[in-house]
Amino acid sequence: MEITLQVNGTRRTVEVDPRVSLLDLLRERLGLTGSKKGCDHGQCGACTVLIDGRRANACLALAVAQDGSDITTVEGLADGDRPHPLQAAFIEHDAFQCGYCTPGQLCSAAGMLAEGGPSAITDDLATDPALTAEEVRERMSGNLCRCGAYPNIVTAIVEVAR
Amino acid sequence: MRSFEYARAADPADAVARFRPGTMYLGGGTNLVDLMRLGVAEPEYLVDVSRLPLDRVEPDGEGLRVGAAVRNSDLGAHPLVRERYPMLARAVLSGASGQIRNMATVGGNLLQRTRCPYFQDVSKPCNKRLPGSGCPAIDGDHSNLAVLGHSTACVATHPSDMAVALAALDARVHVTGPGGDRVIPMPGLHRLPGDEPGRDTVLEPGELVTAVLLPAPPPGASRYRKVRERASFAFALVSIAAVLDVAGDGTVRECRIALGGVAHAPWRCERAEQALRGARAGEESFGRAADAELAQARPLPRNAHKVPLARNLIVRTLLELAP
Repeated sequence: MEITLQVNGTRRTVEVDPRVSLLDLLRERLGLTGSKKGCDHGQCGACTVLIDGRRANACLALAVAQDGSDITTVEGLADGDRPHPLQAAFIEHDAFQCGYCTPGQLCSAAGMLAEGGPSAITDDLATDPALTAEEVRERMSGNLCRCGAYPNIVTAIVEVAR
Repeated sequence: MRSFEYARAADPADAVARFRPGTMYLGGGTNLVDLMRLGVAEPEYLVDVSRLPLDRVEPDGEGLRVGAAVRNSDLGAHPLVRERYPMLARAVLSGASGQIRNMATVGGNLLQRTRCPYFQDVSKPCNKRLPGSGCPAIDGDHSNLAVLGHSTACVATHPSDMAVALAALDARVHVTGPGGDRVIPMPGLHRLPGDEPGRDTVLEPGELVTAVLLPAPPPGASRYRKVRERASFAFALVSIAAVLDVAGDGTVRECRIALGGVAHAPWRCERAEQALRGARAGEESFGRAADAELAQARPLPRNAHKVPLARNLIVRTLLELAP
């Protein structure tokens, strides 16, 4: 089937089998290998991209179902040569070890910062709570880091959230 | 993954008209796409209903109408849901991850399948996946499976948090299908396994969830609590949605209790509710009510811990809600 996506600001029209995931389309067909395949089951978050500005697991998204959508991958976060504030903060705070989960962490954090609202651990659901380390940990629970770089990941995100 | 045809439905009637044997409706895909990759689900025709114009949360009389295509994250963040149905907002926010909540729809959340490890592993027998093949969970890894309402054919649990809150709120599920429209009161959408564990719900072939209607919020204080093996992004071992309304003289005027993680369906605790109405609110009556409900529990050898877990959760949650 032919689908058209806006990927990191560029219009892309591709012919895809209905079985192809958005993740495989990005990596195998469009050459955007920043988004990583970890578990391929939606459990690790390494494939996180923004679909119409909202973070999603690209491994669980069928490419055909995204026809007409606007996709941002980690390759599209920076503004030209200027890193995204989250990318700068990750470097500043050494928020990684092996780096495999980092693209997903960055896209997830970018989506999360735009979401607002309460989380499952917010006491008063009527409020938009400040993004403390605890709130960031809860909101980023869909992104695993097997190196255990969580403390620095949280520090970097909290800094950008301020 | 087996090959399939894909089409995006224009409206609910178009989706239903496209239905034929071998068809599945696709919502956010967070469960279905995974099951297709695992070989558990093998649709021949996928009709995408995720972009149907059923994506609004709007007042409906004293209650609220939630479209079936509303994303879980939008439901949990909606100001009217947070203000009037905080128990539902909390239940939705405590499920899955931020990414999955952004993708998953309300209809898909209701119709997600069990996470029983044998159901998800096509190399193993499973009466739900392959009727008559047996249930290895009964003598195997059932530590997170059912303690209430299960059968000799199936001990699976329903994994939804949202459905537990909807069961306590007396929500009504609107469906459309080849036979027309109908309304199914929660918790009646999901069925117990009996000798037909392949059927999770009472839906007929081709029926499509279009909306969930929430009646006026029940009087009293409410709460959703979830006990799980890690602090976030995990299914419930046991969860509870509870509403408690205590009169000025300290007696229980009304209460609603539903449990998650313990049965093939959200488990509405009618026996506990009946034991509580008119009783003096307090630890003693709460414990008696929990015992009245859990007397019918039939734990398996490796999930007996769920019974005291459920009892403690009922008692502690009601104590928090009592004035």
